Amino acid sequence: MNFDYTDDQKALKDEARKFLSAVAPITVARGVLDAPEAGHDAGLWARIGEQGWCGAAIPESYGGLELGYVELCALAEELGRAVAPVPFASSVYLFAEALLVAGTEEQKAEWLPKVSTGEMIGTLAVTEGPGVLWGALPSTWFENGALSGVKLPVTDGMAADRAVVLANSDEGLRLYLVDLTGPGVTREMISTLDPTRGAARITFANAPAQPLAPGDGPDQLARIHDRAAILLAFEALGGADRALEMARDYALERYAFGRQIGSYQAIKHKLADVFVRNEVARANAYYGAWALASDAPELPVAAAAARVSSSAAYYLAAKENIQTHGGIGFTWEADCHFFYRRARHLSLIIGAPRDWKRRLADRLEDRLAMENQTLAEERA
Amino acid sequence: MNFEDNPHEAAYRGKVRSWIVANRPDMSHLSPEENRNWHPAHKEVARAWQATKADAGYACLSWPKERGGAGGTQIEEAIFNQEEARAGIQFTYFMTGLHMLLPAMMEYSTDEASLARVPPAVRGEEIWCQLFSEPSSGSDSAGIRTAAVADGGDWVINGQKVWNSGAQIADYGMVVARTDPSVAKHKGLTAFWLDMKTPGVEVRPIRMMSGDNELNEVFLTDVRIPGNQRVGEVGGGWKVIISTLMNERAALGSGTGLSWRDVIALAKQVPSFDGTAMDDPAFREWLADLYIDAEAIRLLSFRTLTALSHGKMPGPEGSAGKLLWSGLGANLSSQAIDILDHGGLIDDPALALANGAFQHRFLWAPGLRLGGGTDEIMKNIIAERVLGLPGDVRVDKDVPFRDIPRGR
Repeated sequence: MNFDYTDDQKALKDEARKFLSAVAPITVARGVLDAPEAGHDAGLWARIGEQGWCGAAIPESYGGLELGYVELCALAEELGRAVAPVPFASSVYLFAEALLVAGTEEQKAEWLPKVSTGEMIGTLAVTEGPGVLWGALPSTWFENGALSGVKLPVTDGMAADRAVVLANSDEGLRLYLVDLTGPGVTREMISTLDPTRGAARITFANAPAQPLAPGDGPDQLARIHDRAAILLAFEALGGADRALEMARDYALERYAFGRQIGSYQAIKHKLADVFVRNEVARANAYYGAWALASDAPELPVAAAAARVSSSAAYYLAAKENIQTHGGIGFTWEADCHFFYRRARHLSLIIGAPRDWKRRLADRLEDRLAMENQTLAEERA
Repeated sequence: MNFEDNPHEAAYRGKVRSWIVANRPDMSHLSPEENRNWHPAHKEVARAWQATKADAGYACLSWPKERGGAGGTQIEEAIFNQEEARAGIQFTYFMTGLHMLLPAMMEYSTDEASLARVPPAVRGEEIWCQLFSEPSSGSDSAGIRTAAVADGGDWVINGQKVWNSGAQIADYGMVVARTDPSVAKHKGLTAFWLDMKTPGVEVRPIRMMSGDNELNEVFLTDVRIPGNQRVGEVGGGWKVIISTLMNERAALGSGTGLSWRDVIALAKQVPSFDGTAMDDPAFREWLADLYIDAEAIRLLSFRTLTALSHGKMPGPEGSAGKLLWSGLGANLSSQAIDILDHGGLIDDPALALANGAFQHRFLWAPGLRLGGGTDEIMKNIIAERVLGLPGDVRVDKDVPFRDIPRGR
């Protein structure tokens, strides 16, 4: 039992923080904000690729470093803290995980080594418009080896080389691998709340596609989402911690009525509330990291709890960071809005908290039924 | 990050689980009225269970054997506590003594006659209460006015204490009194323990808004206690207070009371718009939020345990657990009553679902935010000691206690 990173994991995390403070100061994110057509910072992405981080949890047999999932969580926390404008989440938490969960042996062998080095970017294309994931069936259709339909929005859809796409077919809902640079694919950049994470509308018109391994598409997608939810929770946690630190630092520096504003309980108690929410997110994220690394049966419950709590924490921290800064915090020039934007970005991709609360309640009901059965058997 | 038992821990958990199943207290003879905290019949079940645990080496597991413990590890103790909670066994009578006061006694007293009081408490034979708070010393916990004056080898204590949980049934109490009003307020305090039957000790129950009487006022009039019953140094009372309060917050923050499991069990029995309350999407969304906070309390207690198992003391971030727990009590009871609709008004244990436990918790909930350090004090601790924000302006700092302005 250990509620912490190991010493080796801490060393990796410290190194990552030093590296990112050197190569990814917030001015890098600002560069993408001010020139959003880039969608991400290619120079930073190349540096991260050189570190091998994309393959942190990918098995050595597929060209990864195979450090482990807790290590990947540590890196995610630091990338989130840096508000790094790179397609790491799309390529690593979504595309690579999709292949690991549902790819064929050939697909894994072909693409995971390229994801590991960062030389290719992958993404996951599921959403087609407003509303929760299963509010309507996807209209994207697969037949005769090709996809037709529109996916909107697709994070990193402009930058990605390959996508795993959810589509309907005569065989039901399945996941397909598509070459986004190939024939039948049209991509347009779209504007989103977080321009530091580029997005696209992707139109498929008879675009050649191969199915992932046979299986139930929604079930495969749920497993991919659960794994990504935990990794994204660490990005959110890193961002939430940094937003709180920014607010704290400003409250120590700013004077009003002859005192540091951080000496007033109106500010102290507000920031204490933010701290408590970050602690809730941390506790649930750590539990998720353990469940992910050990492939524990608790993973679905832990993933949903990590996702909901980290989304709430990051939004609160980002919002109160602006409030603590006062008027300056509301300007384009101040850095506060990077966190406010990224908080919403992270909490909306792969489904909003409302959707995940529903998943959590379903899973809790199942878990309690199983627990009660076990208790009854023990007493019998 | 590892939330799994190692093979030794798993084996220990298995052993403890079977033992609890085989020995669990029988509550079936208690009427709904009797099956409530502080009812004498309920207390007797709790005492018997504590003795059964002590005989089997499961009471105060990590304490040394000569103090009545079992010489086990903190992890084993935590595993036993988890299994006890899992089996739905929760008694609070011994918490003040075993989780707060006696650990401080063992830390600060070297007097064998004093330490001899520890083993009977472990067996549930003797119950302890805390005599710290006063009418004008609540959140300002160093503002104690009760005076202790040395007289020969004894100390003579005069003053009034309040909010003393369980003092009406307690055999012993730990009291903090002012031994030097000429120095700053934190420096002039000293801790003692006393027999609650000592002449001059008068306990008056306070009826709380929940209708319960477990909190009390305790009046101390010329209470004479022998010098060996001092705990810690003269002037060292503040350290004893801090030690017990940290223990209290850790214990409260580890989460007792009704849980998300109880709420689901309730929701499944209550008809709602379409099916039961469990099928209501608004309820389910709220349940998810409740679970997340409850789970955080459980998981953060592992952080405390991790620190202890590495020989470190839990830090001020433990205040987050206390805040979460008090918030959970209010949220959980209020929402549970809401799904009962008009029927949620009924608090008669004989008529209400779950023995009226949710209504009882609802009326207790405001107290959870006050006892063991108020929500506001917890937030000050987090802001100042975790985040490093400045302390408030303190006009009583570095002033001799007797010169501090006081209201009526």
